[in-house]
Amino acid sequence: MRTLKFLLQKEFRQIFRDPAIVRMILMMPVIQLILLPLAANYEVKNIKLAIVDHDHSSYTQQMINKITASGYFQLTGVSNSYNEEMKLVEKDEADIILEIPAQFERTIVKENEAPLFMAVNAINGTRANLGSAYLQNIIRNYNQDIRTEWIQMPRFNDQPRIDITYSDWYNPHMNYQLFMVPGILAVLLTMVGAFMTSLNIVKEKEVGTIEQINVTPIRKHHFILGKLIPFWILGLVVLTLGFGVARIVYGIIPLGSFVTIYAFAMVYLLALLGLGLLVSTYANTQQQAMLISFFLMMIFILLGGLYTSIDSMPEWAKWITKFNPIAYFIEVIRMVVIKGSTLKDISKQLLIMFGFAIVLNGWAIFNYKKRM
Amino acid sequence: MTDEKVITAKALTKKFADFIAVNAISFEVSKGEIFGFLGANGAGKTTAMRMLCGLSLPTSGEATVAGFDVYKESEKIKKNIGYMSQKFSLYEDLTVKENMRFYGGIYGLTEKRIKEKSQQVLADLHMEAEQNKLVKSLPLGWKQKLAFSVAIFHEPAIVFLDEPTGGVDPVTRREFWEMIYQAAQNGTTVFVTTHYMDEAEYCNRVSIMVDGRIEALDTPTNLKKQFNTASMDEVFLQLARKAVRQAD
Repeated sequence: MRTLKFLLQKEFRQIFRDPAIVRMILMMPVIQLILLPLAANYEVKNIKLAIVDHDHSSYTQQMINKITASGYFQLTGVSNSYNEEMKLVEKDEADIILEIPAQFERTIVKENEAPLFMAVNAINGTRANLGSAYLQNIIRNYNQDIRTEWIQMPRFNDQPRIDITYSDWYNPHMNYQLFMVPGILAVLLTMVGAFMTSLNIVKEKEVGTIEQINVTPIRKHHFILGKLIPFWILGLVVLTLGFGVARIVYGIIPLGSFVTIYAFAMVYLLALLGLGLLVSTYANTQQQAMLISFFLMMIFILLGGLYTSIDSMPEWAKWITKFNPIAYFIEVIRMVVIKGSTLKDISKQLLIMFGFAIVLNGWAIFNYKKRM
Repeated sequence: MTDEKVITAKALTKKFADFIAVNAISFEVSKGEIFGFLGANGAGKTTAMRMLCGLSLPTSGEATVAGFDVYKESEKIKKNIGYMSQKFSLYEDLTVKENMRFYGGIYGLTEKRIKEKSQQVLADLHMEAEQNKLVKSLPLGWKQKLAFSVAIFHEPAIVFLDEPTGGVDPVTRREFWEMIYQAAQNGTTVFVTTHYMDEAEYCNRVSIMVDGRIEALDTPTNLKKQFNTASMDEVFLQLARKAVRQAD
């Protein structure tokens, strides 16, 4: 225990002596939490729409009004020529072209149906999908409107109408930030935990002080604990700062209890630091450690369910996410913050995380050799 | 110097894949002796020293350090030795005092002892004014002397020095060797590798390694007699020229 005291004293001195690290630890969560959730937004707005109107009737006028009134679209051009509007798409000045054929109004009145053509710039798949879905929705509504206009007595409407009423649970205002902020917080904690530990130990390898440590009677587990504890504490500080930012900037207060979040975060950090430690036993230079961590983080974050739902991933990717600690943390933090889940609800994830912590740390301790 | 042997090695060997870094070396070092370990770059000096310190596991052969077996009791050996590696071994981002405190602490010295000993070392090195300076701000010669003082801070039975005077000026080297003599007088056995042949003259006995083997082992005077030369330089050159192995 005395040895550990000296080790911890040394680690804390070194960490706080490096102003860059302290700044990183304090500024990173604050800046990233303020910037990212505002920018990382799925809602597609300002879709640039070009309309080719060959009809020029009151119906097309009404439809165009309805589209622009929706707020999602920005009309970039109305003309008679499809080729002209296509040029806008090529210059990236239009996302969707809506072509209204000549005699649209006449056809719809006479034949009860009329075709429309939609050309979508599908380079950005999400934008294209959502944009065309919005547009279809508006046109469908418009279609219904004119039909109700025709048949004054809805009772005899030949088109049965199904009205759907929504009730959005847990996030009633569909507040995107309520979903993103906890997720980003989870990623931040991961970065601090995994990067810092691995770099710290590899730095000792690079400078050569680790050899000096290896020639002392320090016990392996003391040395490793001496490295883990400071970053474990720093991780919890970052998490606390993060919740502070979430509260002040976004007004997000977890529905569940902080005890649940911190209990899980403590185990999660343990697993994560174990991973950092493991990386450091394989890497010989800080550059190597950085690259390995970066590689792992990319996979973990992209397959962690932060941006894209794990449920819609292919089977093999879902299988990978089972071995991705960050996926569990993002899931749990969202459950607790948004849904108010309790310790009992997350007990399965907590148990799995304990498993991660034991395996990763065990592997790291096994792999860390005082003697070559 | 007594007849008590603190280091013994019998046919100690280290192989890396098919490369024999240290080839069946045998020698003994007595208590209080200054034992010089000479050899060209790549001759296997550092590897041999690392095996004795418990940093590297021997492939075959036997060795004991401070009475403990290098295979089974390496952690006990570590309590009884000090080590100063080629690479600089102090924490550059800690102060002089903090480094002493840290190394004293992990060797189990009491708070009181650490304080006393720190004061004494600072006085010996005339570094009282620098005690709260970061190690990285010190000149190399000072760092080396400090590193040596930290290596023997816990008063080990044996201290291993791996090219301790590399890159320092002649005056500092001289001072450094005075510190080594001081330590030897206090009963610490000194095991030192070096390139400098004038330093070899300061040793009680020297061994010269060529291509992983010990080619010569005796007092500097006897070696000069044996090779019929006036200086250790010549002894070394005669032996080292036989080397086939490329220096690293």
